[in-house]
Amino acid sequence: MFEDLNDLYQQVILDHSRSPRNFKKLDGANRVAHGHNPLCGDRITIYLHLDGDVISDISFEGSGCAISKASASVMTTTLKGKTIAEAQKMFGQFRELVTTEKADSEELGKLAVFAGVHKFPARVKCAILAWHALVSALEGRPCTVTTEENPTVPKP
Amino acid sequence: MSTAKHHHTPDWAAIRADFPVLDQKVHGKQLVYLDNAATSQKPLPVLNALRRYYEHDNANVHRGIHELSNRATAGFEAARERAAKFLNARAKEEIIFTRGTTEGINLVAHAWAGTHLKAGDKILLTEMEHHSNIVPWQLVAERTGAKLLYVPVTGDEGLLDLTHFDKLLKEGVKLFAVTHISNTLGTVNPVADLCHRAREHGVVTLVDAAQSAGHCPVDVQAIGCDFLAMSGHKTCGPTGIGVLYGRKERLEKMAPYQGGGEMISHVGFFKTEWNIVPHKFEAGTPDISGAVGLHAAMDYLDKIGRAAIFKHDCELAAYAYERLASLGRIRLFGPKTNHAGLVSFLLDDVHAHDVVTFADRLGVALRGGHHCNQPLMHKLGVESTARASFYFYNTPAEVDRLIEVIGEIRKFFTPKH
Ligand SMILES: Cc1ncc(COP(=O)(O)O)c(C=O)c1O
Repeated sequence: MFEDLNDLYQQVILDHSRSPRNFKKLDGANRVAHGHNPLCGDRITIYLHLDGDVISDISFEGSGCAISKASASVMTTTLKGKTIAEAQKMFGQFRELVTTEKADSEELGKLAVFAGVHKFPARVKCAILAWHALVSALEGRPCTVTTEENPTVPKP
Repeated sequence: MSTAKHHHTPDWAAIRADFPVLDQKVHGKQLVYLDNAATSQKPLPVLNALRRYYEHDNANVHRGIHELSNRATAGFEAARERAAKFLNARAKEEIIFTRGTTEGINLVAHAWAGTHLKAGDKILLTEMEHHSNIVPWQLVAERTGAKLLYVPVTGDEGLLDLTHFDKLLKEGVKLFAVTHISNTLGTVNPVADLCHRAREHGVVTLVDAAQSAGHCPVDVQAIGCDFLAMSGHKTCGPTGIGVLYGRKERLEKMAPYQGGGEMISHVGFFKTEWNIVPHKFEAGTPDISGAVGLHAAMDYLDKIGRAAIFKHDCELAAYAYERLASLGRIRLFGPKTNHAGLVSFLLDDVHAHDVVTFADRLGVALRGGHHCNQPLMHKLGVESTARASFYFYNTPAEVDRLIEVIGEIRKFFTPKH
């Protein structure tokens, strides 16, 4: 009966929103960035530890809806050990997934659970908030990014 | 016409049938429209008035000498007279047509405050103001060097803390701007008393009537304000039209707002003489059809009676408040009594944004977010709330549906073991 809603709120998403992974301040982080969705007030802080161009550790803090929290949580579990270039490529694919559903879900792995978001245009920003903050942390911009901005993904 | 004549209870079911938009399914479910604080729906007499205007009378106003232009001008000016009566202004010259509440406040900020304030003067606002009654004053403060002061809000029950109100007024305050009804808390502020006290200190007053003008009787003479702003679209009228009431003595001493056609009496290459009030503040071709539609909306509302409408809205909100409270694990905002027709809430276990998305799929239109009240939200320590806002076409059965839907939402988001 709730077909779209079940697609949007997959069990994995509900699970991550209730018990988010890597949900803490990262001691020894060498990159930090904040994300803010002015529409609904969601706020997120991403902490990174970069070893050269490898994300050796990543965590987040903040408050938000189930989608934004789960997206941040799943993102942190996916990106640990990835290079900056790999992370940026994933962001591009993830954005494709949540806006059009047309993305290679095999490459996206667990991130593919967010495919249902594309049927809820008002919620795309929630899904992408953590990624905006990530990109700005990777670029070493510690400022608050908002979902109203449209940061371009730097070419790998 | 007047509200006092209608002691009987209106036939709400028959009235609801005037709103074709309500009779539809969204996502396969019967629509339950509970986002009236954002905008109201429009009844058939308003839709018909718009259509009749464009089918028979459309022309530009105040300039043509031909028949249609005369009709359009007559329609536009009749709407002004109707608006004066709607707000009980002394004269139709005190009515300026705007795009809405926001533009009305900006007009005063620009044309009055911009020329009457100087560095060090104070503008007194309250912590429950909508962004549109904060940001224009911040811009004025930046330009003039005036300072902003705020009357505090007590907390979740959302009342103004007036302990130091008179003391605040004495601290060089030149203008006091306050909302009549809070769009987030549902608080009804005692604007007549506040404006009276402000005037005693020689303070100019502005009332934001966005949430009140279409919901309860509003009488600018009884309130005693210098300015009052409202939006047509929240009062059964079309979008794009609003009304600013201004006390005539004030308007006459004000600088123009925008320059252009209509607002002038004589233009030379280097110097221009302004038109008389209120035309001085209405540059360019106005929203003529909007004014005609608003006229029909005001007739419609006063035929039902705004006192009866307010009673109905408040009763629905009180019922919703009580039923929501009985659900438990919920934070409710706004006063426990004398609550206007809306309820803001936060479930302990489901984020407002998720509540609103889910409710929408079940046909119930709510609003979630900061409701253009970010400073207030910050003060209450929340990022957002969900809000159900009622109008006279809503029913107790729709409140029941809301409660049922919240039950479904809770069930969905509760972990299954
Ligand atoms: C209390 C209050 N003031 C001002 C406004 C702004 O009205 P408008 O957007 O019609 O100019 C609103 C509308 O949301 C409101 O609720």
